[in-house]
Amino acid sequence: MEMSESATPAPAPKDDLSVRIRKSFSRESASPFALDVDFTAAAGFTILFGASGAGKTTLLDCIAGLETPDAGRIAIGPAVVFDSGSGVNVPPNRRSVGYLQQSLALFPHMTVGQNVRYGLDRLASAEREARCRQVLEAFRISAMAERRPAEISGGERQRAALARTLVTRPRVLLLDEPLTALDAVTKSQILDDLRAWNKQQQIPVLYVTHQREEVFALGENIIAIDAGRIVARGSPHEVLQRPQSETVAQLAGFENIFDCAFVAAHPEQGTMTCNVVGTNLNLEAPLSRIDGSRPLRIGIRAGDILLASQPPQGLSARNIFAGAIASLQQRDVMVVARVNCGAEFEVHLTPAARESLHLQLGGTVWLVVKTYSCQVLQDSW
Amino acid sequence: MILQALTLTLRLAVTVSFILLIVGVPLAYWLAYSRKQWKFFVEALVSLPIVLPPTVLGFYVLVAIGPLSPVGRWYQAIAGHPLAFTFEGLVIGSVLYSLPFAVQPMATSFASIDRKLLDASALLGASGWRTFCRIVLPLGLPGVLTGFVLSFAHTLGEFGVVLMIGGNIPGATRTISILIFDQVEALDYAAANRTALLLLALCFAMLAALYGLRKRAPWNVWGWK
Repeated sequence: MEMSESATPAPAPKDDLSVRIRKSFSRESASPFALDVDFTAAAGFTILFGASGAGKTTLLDCIAGLETPDAGRIAIGPAVVFDSGSGVNVPPNRRSVGYLQQSLALFPHMTVGQNVRYGLDRLASAEREARCRQVLEAFRISAMAERRPAEISGGERQRAALARTLVTRPRVLLLDEPLTALDAVTKSQILDDLRAWNKQQQIPVLYVTHQREEVFALGENIIAIDAGRIVARGSPHEVLQRPQSETVAQLAGFENIFDCAFVAAHPEQGTMTCNVVGTNLNLEAPLSRIDGSRPLRIGIRAGDILLASQPPQGLSARNIFAGAIASLQQRDVMVVARVNCGAEFEVHLTPAARESLHLQLGGTVWLVVKTYSCQVLQDSW
Repeated sequence: MILQALTLTLRLAVTVSFILLIVGVPLAYWLAYSRKQWKFFVEALVSLPIVLPPTVLGFYVLVAIGPLSPVGRWYQAIAGHPLAFTFEGLVIGSVLYSLPFAVQPMATSFASIDRKLLDASALLGASGWRTFCRIVLPLGLPGVLTGFVLSFAHTLGEFGVVLMIGGNIPGATRTISILIFDQVEALDYAAANRTALLLLALCFAMLAALYGLRKRAPWNVWGWK
């Protein structure tokens, strides 16, 4: 027991990660934009959220030192690891940045135990063994220590790769979609273990994902990135439930996004009327502060739309449209209906609802959309 | 006579393949990972002996190590005898001649290692040297061994270069392939047949061992994608 006592570190200083970099992509790359970000991440989880190709991985590569930014500064607490002004560029092996890449990159010719010990070669062997045992236990892979990566399951490989990264006690942890390939149960178990580990270590963790379930599972803070820029930041609730930008809205699951034109405001009712461009559909949306001269969009979640087989009456909802069913598709335990009301709406419903409404292709239905289900989107940049 | 030629040939092949192991591994590593603009130039140079007639290579090596060249004079001043038409001269020529057979499999093998593994090693704090010893070399081992065995086998069967720069001196430069040539010249077909068969069997055994080992060796049992 004494040994594991001595292996427990003094609480690490809580260093913030501050990043302010610009990097244009190489000419061969298809991305026409440049990465241009400025943020500080405190101890705890910060989610980097964005579609693939938004520049998330490049950002992590720059922080880890695998890529060199064109300009800017990266610092972990007082330690500057990159500064184009003073020409500082610490190589990746001296940055103390733990980086778990999507491919995991476990060394195939070593056992799990050897993989985990790999980053500890400068420690005395007693200390090395103690730390190794501790992390293998924390990530529940002690039994796998003698096996090679090819001989363990996908979830165990993720755990092994996490353990290998964390055992070196990095000052910052970067995780690039490390859990994408896993089932929900395995994923949440690993996330719990990871969170428990970071309670002790208290380091900034940048967690890249494009899956919104992961955002809600982990997020204290979220930074949304699109085309190399930060488009939103805040708590997951702020950023995803009331998205201001269309990119975030799409990521946050607004299946219906319509180009709209502002028609009239009704301040006494707290609503405004917007016309869906190219149709005679008018949507009642919550009165929002918008710039009438710039493009406006309204996002509606497919699950927030009600379907009725008869003209509905006596409802408070302001938006009721008749339309024809253009397509019906079963997706897992959900039915996806596309309804043409002038504009085409995607509506999600249960197979039971499909039965009871006798939905058929070409049949007429009525869509009901609450005013507050209409999310006004206007990019703020 | 045949035993003397055989011993000499094996001595040459062992010397050359070990030198190529020491020279070839760093060269192959550089070829696999360097981002230098002029890398293609070195690649072409290393591959040259594959397409060049051995007589051309042998001729220039002979000129380069001959008593009129600076290298030849320098060697004579130190060793007391000329470099051309000696075993040492033969080693120099053979190393150049077998260079691509050692370097190419090694470089291919190093280049096929997933770059992410090298990144991962650096991210875990490893120096370039440690990454080379613990990741690149073990994962590239099949290529290194292939290069080693191929350069050995290629030196066994070498003829033109030896004739150009070594001549035909028993015990010093008369290798098996030269001996066969000698015996045919002397119209001793029976002797030539025995010698040729020996070389054929030796080379075949080498290659069979190489490919057999590659199937069963531990470095192939790692079974990863």
